[in-house]
Amino acid sequence: MRSITRTVLAVIWAVALLAGGYAIVLRLTQGHRPAAYGSYVVWGLGVAQYIYFVGISAGAYLLSTLYYAFGVKKLEAVARPALLVACVGLAAGLFSIWVDLGKMGRVFSVFFRPNFQSMMAWMIWLYTAYGVLLIITGYLALKGDRRVRTAAIIGVPLVVSFSGGVGALFATLEARPLWNTSLYPVFFILGALLSAAGLLMLLLALQDRETPAVAEALAVLGKSVLLLLALDVLLEWAEYSVGLWYGVGGEQAALKEILFGSYWWVFWVVHLLLGVAVPALLLFRGSQNRTNQAIAGFLVVATYLAVRLNLVIPGLVTPELKGLETSYTGTRLVFTYSPSLFEWGIFAFAAAVAVGLIWVGYRYLPVTTSGSRKEEKTA
Amino acid sequence: MENEKGGYEAGRREILAKAFAAALTGLAAGAVVAGSGALDTVAEALSNEPTLVPIPNLPPAAAGENQILRMMNDLRRALAKPMEKRHWGMVIDLRKCVGCQACTVSCITENKLPPGVVYRPVITEEKGQFPHVAKTFTPRPCMHCAEPSCVPVCPVGATFKRPDGIVAIDYAACIGCRYCITACPYNARTFDFGEFNDEGGEIPAYDKVASKEYGGSWSRAGDASPVGNARKCTFCVHRIEQGELPACTVSCMGRATYFGDLNDPESLIHELVGKANATRLKESAGTKPVVYYLQ
Repeated sequence: MRSITRTVLAVIWAVALLAGGYAIVLRLTQGHRPAAYGSYVVWGLGVAQYIYFVGISAGAYLLSTLYYAFGVKKLEAVARPALLVACVGLAAGLFSIWVDLGKMGRVFSVFFRPNFQSMMAWMIWLYTAYGVLLIITGYLALKGDRRVRTAAIIGVPLVVSFSGGVGALFATLEARPLWNTSLYPVFFILGALLSAAGLLMLLLALQDRETPAVAEALAVLGKSVLLLLALDVLLEWAEYSVGLWYGVGGEQAALKEILFGSYWWVFWVVHLLLGVAVPALLLFRGSQNRTNQAIAGFLVVATYLAVRLNLVIPGLVTPELKGLETSYTGTRLVFTYSPSLFEWGIFAFAAAVAVGLIWVGYRYLPVTTSGSRKEEKTA
Repeated sequence: MENEKGGYEAGRREILAKAFAAALTGLAAGAVVAGSGALDTVAEALSNEPTLVPIPNLPPAAAGENQILRMMNDLRRALAKPMEKRHWGMVIDLRKCVGCQACTVSCITENKLPPGVVYRPVITEEKGQFPHVAKTFTPRPCMHCAEPSCVPVCPVGATFKRPDGIVAIDYAACIGCRYCITACPYNARTFDFGEFNDEGGEIPAYDKVASKEYGGSWSRAGDASPVGNARKCTFCVHRIEQGELPACTVSCMGRATYFGDLNDPESLIHELVGKANATRLKESAGTKPVVYYLQ
């Protein structure tokens, strides 16, 4: 990467960190007051960014298991970076949801007084188990210990459970027709894989060392991204066409809001054009080209936040009872939502710290070197 | 009763007859210019002592027959039972509701609700097409469902169903994840953002008064709970446990809101719930609300 590009990126990163840091200070001193969500659209960008980051974590872990558990040699170069991304993604996701809580100081009560009827309680316990396993897997992978295979095999069902579980957290709510679909858990697992594959493709394409292993991994990632993009669009078609086909039903309003509402461009331009069509075209036309791979990877991972936003927000913008939107109103009692600068600041902070941690990981951990030589020694 | 009614009607007939006679006299006076005798008749008629309508002889007010008093007696009877033997419920007669929103306001003052938090909005709907139009008003408290969808989703069990049917929130335990708010099929829960009516820069004194919800004393100073918590209608449990009816019930000027023990066959609410026109909102949600509407 040219030094001028590095400088520009470093400046953007520093601005994001500083602005985000200010947002965190606001969160600690002013609570939820600077946020734009309200009592009806009660989840906003914070929840969307949480599922975005934990999705990347889950997807990255699953991609790493392709090498560690299933021995796909072509993905060797991606295995360690994937574990690093999984760690950072989990940390960023849990941080995002922690600052989104109304009572941050009570976060640990989920361990002391869990209600296991709640999908959310299950998620918290699964995250804990996953976090422990992730540390073990990462440690064993860096050591080149063969027991990493066992850890990775255990990790597969665990990660599928929590990734699908995040989808189920929404899908089990009968009150929300948009969310209340059995496609949601599947969609979350697929989205996790896609966003993680995009990020890993970007990271590998930006790596200075151009080894055959990296090129091979990039080729596999490119094809994987194409396949996952196709599946993503297929699932979206299934969800949207079924919901809209006869023009009746509870899901109608939310789906129409996504496609033709005031944020129509989030779906059509950010997601479909920039997040699906352009990366697909880049990967079709120049699948071996590093720049194409980097841009495609960046577009896939960056625009996936739009998908996450469209999964969360439209589910809340339709009043449960007709007429409620005009019954007793106020700035917090409306069914519209657009994230405030404060909320974007929280996102910028989490993203900047995540990028910083990945950079530190690349710099100080043996992420880009393969563990196979060490493994041979250990054997 | 019948006699008095007859008497009341007779009085009306008498007045009408006099008025008719006076009118005829007036007409005659106008028509016959020189008839000064007719003018005397009018003056005579006006100067006559009016015949007062007899006051109907109503039966004396009895404690059990005033609906508010009856409900208060129902309440006391229910409170004498063990908690698990009573099940609080509400009936709202939509034909009587005039949409004055007194219930909304009395709820806000009773529970010291901040901006952004509302327990009982009144939904107004216009129906029909001109000239056949109607306005309907639907107050929407928490439904205190028998199968509440908000309770199982709480990750820490901070929202729970009491033995008397009230769905409650433990403010001291709620972590503010807002999952319960998304789970409610009635949008009956709101979130306390810690805001005050401080447009002028200073928090007004009435905003600093502690809420007595759930029998506690909840001051929101320093972002203490219930700031950062989910909030909703409590059926004014702090009032009913002292033998008082919920604020919305006593403030309803149309006497459209009824409250009581659904387990008590003698109670007014038990009687109303059994009516053929009693319905519930969103029956299909399967949450079995205990708030009924008479349509």
